[in-house]
Amino acid sequence: MAMSQRATVILATRLIALIATLIAAVVMASSHEKGTIFGAISYEAKYSDTPAFKYFVIANVVVTIYGFLVLFLPSESQLWRLVLVFDLVLTMLLVSSISAALAIAQVGKKGNSHAGWLPVCNQIPKYCSQTTAALVAGFVGLVVYFLLVCYSIHRDLDPFLVRKN
Amino acid sequence: MGRAEVVQKRQKAAIMALRVAALLATAAATIVMALNKETRTFVVGTVGTTPVTASVTAKFQHTPANVFFVIANAMASNHNLMMIGSDLFGLEFKGFKLPLVAVLDMLNAALLSAGVHGAAFMAQLAKNGNSHARWNEICDNFQGYCNRGGVAILAAYVGLLLRSASPWCPL
Repeated sequence: MAMSQRATVILATRLIALIATLIAAVVMASSHEKGTIFGAISYEAKYSDTPAFKYFVIANVVVTIYGFLVLFLPSESQLWRLVLVFDLVLTMLLVSSISAALAIAQVGKKGNSHAGWLPVCNQIPKYCSQTTAALVAGFVGLVVYFLLVCYSIHRDLDPFLVRKN
Repeated sequence: MGRAEVVQKRQKAAIMALRVAALLATAAATIVMALNKETRTFVVGTVGTTPVTASVTAKFQHTPANVFFVIANAMASNHNLMMIGSDLFGLEFKGFKLPLVAVLDMLNAALLSAGVHGAAFMAQLAKNGNSHARWNEICDNFQGYCNRGGVAILAAYVGLLLRSASPWCPL
């Protein structure tokens, strides 16, 4: 594969990761549903009700900004080793945010009978489906970042010793 | 022996000490969370003169996030043990040691990070409840369970921090 082809593929992969994390942050932040029970008690569900979802939005915003800045890095710069380290740290941040949001979302959907927590997705179906979509987008972003880290390790550290020099 | 050799030996000893500390941290987190159980009995009524009691148990299996926490910490402890063993016995895996260490370190750090954060946010939910979803806090009734869970999460965080340093110094 020629160098310019490889650079284009990497650029496209970073763009996909950027779009995935951006979608995850935006969809989670804009999930909002109002309703009434029996026409009298009104409730409102936002992403800021749970610290786990706030953490998810913040983590994805940070990774989106980082991904946007990395796109402008010239390919001959010495900073690509720093990009490898940052990719690693941000992958761990992404996986932790998805795990936290998924833990709370699982309680919201299935409840926890031992703790006396009832599932709430029946009352707020639109909010629940939007949260699920945001989690799926976050997961796609995580997988793409993981592949980027694997490729960066392969290119910079050459662990399988495929280079001749 | 020359000064460079003494420094080399000290560096190796320091790296080994950090590896053992990471192993101890994740192993402690696994064991404390896996043995986390508390039973409380409540008196719900009286029949004649004898009180009728009901007992409620809090176990770590009740929460899927805690189950994932135990599994992730067990796998991270296993990885730490393998790394220490391969160093002690001088195994080289036929020249594949560098990719193994690099990739496995990253995988286990990510897995441990996911496990720790899932359990940490579930613990926050159990401690504070969530008024919007009408979920009560349960740490008032099960203080021993919550304290032990908190200690396990802190130990796993220490293990995670020690393992996160691996891009800079290959632990």
